[in-house]
Amino acid sequence: MSFAVTFTIAIRALRRNALRTSLTALGLIIGVAAVIVMMAIGRGAQASIETQIRSAGSNLIIVTAGSGTFGPVRQGQGATTTLTAADAAAIRAELPGIRYLSPGVNLRSQIVAERSNWNTQVQGVGDEFAALRSWPAEAGVFFTQQDVVRASRVAVLGSVARDQLFGVGADPTGSIIRIRNLPFRVVGVLARKGQAAMGQDQDDTIILPYTTVQKRLLGITYVQNITISAESEEALAGLTTRVAALLRERHRITAGEDDDYSVRTLEEMASVLTSATGTMRWLLAAVALVSLLVGGIGIMNIMLVSVTERTREIGLRLSVGARDIDVLLQFLVEAIVLSVVGGAIGIAMGWATAVTVGRLLQWTTTVTSGAVLLAFGFAVTTGVFFGFYPARKAARLNPIDALRYE
Amino acid sequence: MASLISVKDLSRTYHLGSVEVPALRGASIDVMPGEFIALTGPSGSGKSTFMHLLGCLDRPTSGTHLFNGRDVSTLSSRQLARVRNLEIGFVFQGFNLLPRTSAVENVELPLVYASGVSARERRTRATAALEAVGLGAFLEHHPNQMSGGQQQRVAIARALVNSPALLLADEPTGNLDTRTSIEVIDIFQRLNAERGLTIVMVTHEPDIAQYAKRLVAFRDGRIQSDQPVTARQSASADLAALAVGEHSAA
Repeated sequence: MSFAVTFTIAIRALRRNALRTSLTALGLIIGVAAVIVMMAIGRGAQASIETQIRSAGSNLIIVTAGSGTFGPVRQGQGATTTLTAADAAAIRAELPGIRYLSPGVNLRSQIVAERSNWNTQVQGVGDEFAALRSWPAEAGVFFTQQDVVRASRVAVLGSVARDQLFGVGADPTGSIIRIRNLPFRVVGVLARKGQAAMGQDQDDTIILPYTTVQKRLLGITYVQNITISAESEEALAGLTTRVAALLRERHRITAGEDDDYSVRTLEEMASVLTSATGTMRWLLAAVALVSLLVGGIGIMNIMLVSVTERTREIGLRLSVGARDIDVLLQFLVEAIVLSVVGGAIGIAMGWATAVTVGRLLQWTTTVTSGAVLLAFGFAVTTGVFFGFYPARKAARLNPIDALRYE
Repeated sequence: MASLISVKDLSRTYHLGSVEVPALRGASIDVMPGEFIALTGPSGSGKSTFMHLLGCLDRPTSGTHLFNGRDVSTLSSRQLARVRNLEIGFVFQGFNLLPRTSAVENVELPLVYASGVSARERRTRATAALEAVGLGAFLEHHPNQMSGGQQQRVAIARALVNSPALLLADEPTGNLDTRTSIEVIDIFQRLNAERGLTIVMVTHEPDIAQYAKRLVAFRDGRIQSDQPVTARQSASADLAALAVGEHSAA
């Protein structure tokens, strides 16, 4: 029997019970659509995290002051005061492969402008900070090395801080803001950068020379962190270990003693986040696959009913010369047609849902060809797998028993 | 002349759980081409089992079964399917037409399972077979739009579409009234006379058996008697008589 004929018979059998067919297909449609949507949302989340990490600047190494102990009390990260600008200078001077470097000291403070005030994060950084984070100025300029050396009272605003203090889109260059009652001259505004991976708004910030923060705002001599960018991705790994080694030496940490700093790369963070969202994506896909499985069981159920219902038809077909393989194929093709059509509709619906969800929630949802293939492959496999048992049951019927079946 | 069917000591035992039910206990018969045989007997006598064996729908427990000169008891299930498809036509009591399927498509069914018949040829041959049973005007009718007699004629057309050597009919008139029964038998008699088609028919109606040429009676799984029909009835004559009777009554 030709495939075209088998196919026609299957289509006709499915159309004969249109309602039942569509309800059976619905289980599969929902399953496939769920796989597509879940994969799309998961993939979208992953993609947006990846771009955010890239926008934070690649090849970054971040040295953070470590935890120390105050008597028996263990302090949190950043509590030690052993990391200094001198460490930063030594790293810069002694280690090759560094492009930019910036020590950092942060605090939160109330900022007062002429007509408004705002509480935000104040970052004390080096003059290479803008280059290091590839963060161009929208208005004015970034402060210079001289400003750092002199601990000048100059400030660069993030765009959100600017919006809050001076109004949206204003150019406050040359204006004066007050931090802890000290006046600072605004020299520039940084371009919009957007949300960071972890959700904080990178633009809601005020940036000062770290020396200014140390001497004029906090009265300290240490720094909280040092951000280093490597010349290349290849240099990153080697540089990370050399930075660690240099700091151990400079801080006279003997073997067996804990480091009083930690060295992290953004790549590390990126891969942790990426794998976390990847796990999430597979979890969602697994949930979706379960619904696909349920859809498949629905197919098997209906096919079994169909075989029982059409026992006499099977008997007749066998008596007029159908071979068992013909009967097997007839029912198998029926199940496959059901799952292919259901799968195709499911993909269309899943796609539409993913796009709609993306629009409504402003998420990046990406429907990948991989997800489509996966969902479709599973749908067809489900059809074959769950269609095979009923089909074989039909093909194994004894022609006489089938003919006499009431 | 070589016999079309040659059966020796054919027996068939069914296993119902641990109980053995001997449905057929050794039947021997030779059927020459062009015969028209009626198998009769009470229910449980083994006539249906015997017919299923002749139709290659079942395999004997023991005995030999030669059909068209070869031993079909040794054939694989695929080969048996091919024999059923090309060399045997079946007509059933309940017609067994596919519902919601047109008459011509029902008749095409055996051709669908015969290899190498194009869709066009299927349609041509199915149409010719329906015309031969007087249903040329009912090609696109569905079974539920036809009378029982018409449905049985569709089933006969289906049985004949592959030009088989043997037509097997299992209680073909069991669901039909007298007049329609005689109409169906008339078709059988004409096929037998005009084409030389060999027909084996199971019936429990003694008057229907009288239209055959040979009467084989079963009892308790054995052939009780096997004799020619002495006072053979002509279905066409009976139909004419019925028409006259109706005419005069009116």
